[in-house]
Amino acid sequence: MASAKPTTGMEGARKRPFWTMQRKDHLTGLVFVAPQFIGIITFVFVPLVLVFYYSMHDWNVLAGTFTFVGSENYEELFRDRAMPGVLAATAIFSLGLVVLNISLALLLAVLVNQKLAGMSVFRTLFFSPVVVSVVAWAIVWRFLLQSNGGINGLLYMVGIEGPNWLRLPHTAMISLIVVQTFKSVGLNMVLFLAALQGVPRELHEAARVDGVPPFKQFYRITLPLISPTLMLVSIVTIVGALQVFGQIEVLTQGGPGTSTTVLVYYFYQQAFQFLNFGYGSTLSIILLGIVALLTYAQWQLRRKVVFYEH
Amino acid sequence: MNTKLSPRTQVALYGLLCLLLFPFIFPTWWMITSSIKPISQIFAFPPELFPSSVDFSSYTTAFEFQPFARQYFNSVYISVLVTVLTMLICSLAGYAFARIKFPGANIMFMVVLMGLLVPSEVTLIPLFQMFRAWGLSNTHWPLLLIQTIGASSVFATFIMRQFFITLPLELEEAARIDGLSRFKIFWTIALPLSRPALAAVAIFTFLHSWNSFLEPLVFISSRELFTLPVALVNFTDAYGGEMWNVQLAASTMSAIPVLIVFVIAQRHFIEGLAHTGLKG
Repeated sequence: MASAKPTTGMEGARKRPFWTMQRKDHLTGLVFVAPQFIGIITFVFVPLVLVFYYSMHDWNVLAGTFTFVGSENYEELFRDRAMPGVLAATAIFSLGLVVLNISLALLLAVLVNQKLAGMSVFRTLFFSPVVVSVVAWAIVWRFLLQSNGGINGLLYMVGIEGPNWLRLPHTAMISLIVVQTFKSVGLNMVLFLAALQGVPRELHEAARVDGVPPFKQFYRITLPLISPTLMLVSIVTIVGALQVFGQIEVLTQGGPGTSTTVLVYYFYQQAFQFLNFGYGSTLSIILLGIVALLTYAQWQLRRKVVFYEH
Repeated sequence: MNTKLSPRTQVALYGLLCLLLFPFIFPTWWMITSSIKPISQIFAFPPELFPSSVDFSSYTTAFEFQPFARQYFNSVYISVLVTVLTMLICSLAGYAFARIKFPGANIMFMVVLMGLLVPSEVTLIPLFQMFRAWGLSNTHWPLLLIQTIGASSVFATFIMRQFFITLPLELEEAARIDGLSRFKIFWTIALPLSRPALAAVAIFTFLHSWNSFLEPLVFISSRELFTLPVALVNFTDAYGGEMWNVQLAASTMSAIPVLIVFVIAQRHFIEGLAHTGLKG
């Protein structure tokens, strides 16, 4: 062609090797991320596409049926008599857990943050349930919460007759929330502690000189300053609450009745006990939707609620 | 905020802390002491805070009833293998995302990060199907693969990337001019400097794998392949009743080693989690 490049001069003289520094970098980068990237595609994205596909099918593994039903499973959500109860239990459990967990974590963080001897021992002990396996922790509490178990034994010593905690709807739900809080509050305590230690001391010094009472100092100075952490921890805790499974399986198995059947547990029952893979897929998509909404809400709220950010 | 608390406030503070401590340590104490009580004593009324007689038979029963040693080994080897592989794979990926310019890096990073938003339950039915189709159900492969390069590993890659970004560039640039390969730089310069982040990744990954319950419950059906959490709930008699003493003995055996490691290394645990754990 007419526009043939004048290849004779410069390039011929110093032949560039194919593997330039830049090309090598491109290859190295791809090789370095390859295992992680392939893993995410194979074990997250492909399943994600499949779960939507499955949710449009009536699929009972035992019966061996697999037929396309379109939006049938999604309409089933509204007809399903158990659904309102499941959503209510999910909401009560998640909100109860977040409120109890965050307030206890803040209280513990403030207490452990005092400059007193032995605080690191308290910190370690409050944190210790985090490293105990969920199932072991739940087994001990199920043992403690029997009608003739340790909790009622201790209550008996002070003259109170305790109920059969895990066999009554209200006490079962409360027990779940409390047991899960003690299990995981240590982690949030540590995160709050790190945030508290980032609050400049001068602010409190100044407030103290001005005679501001400690509670007001906490409310007006500390809380606004740690609000980014508060926000993040709340969302992480509520998303975690939506995925609590082990404790429920060990402590109540969704009972008594269906009083503690939260969404994840209902999904497990439908999918892996009744082998209803189609409807199970639909339920798990609802879970995905709720988590996505919460993540989006966090994104939006960041600008409005958070007073201060690094 | 406090220069000096009055003695009275100090006493009140310690009192409150000890009161609050009760529900955190009593269960562990009760688990250990009940596991060495004779079976007739574990529901004694009023409860015995210190066992009056000691009986270790529940510990031997745990090994006779199920292949508990095998199950214990399964949990240990899976958690250790997952932790080591995750540390390697995720620090490589984190390093590349932080330091190397290559085509598609941004899109790939976004794709990987999306994995953080997907709760693991959502992918469980398809994964179950996929591993069944590959003939790998009722093996340890699903647990190893999903935990090492699946959704739960994304957090590790993220932590490592955030850490590598903060490392000064000069060190690596000097090495590059000397002609060291990227891998050499990563292995001999960047990785040794990233110990705090690696420690946090190791702790998170190990605990996650060690505690994992739903996945082994779904994927594994033979007793000798069980991991500890599934094995623990499986100590029931022929009528489905709980064998309390054996369950408590087995729970004690599963909890104590991790608790001991935690107490020895608690400073690293807590600081690692606080500083690299959740800074957005």
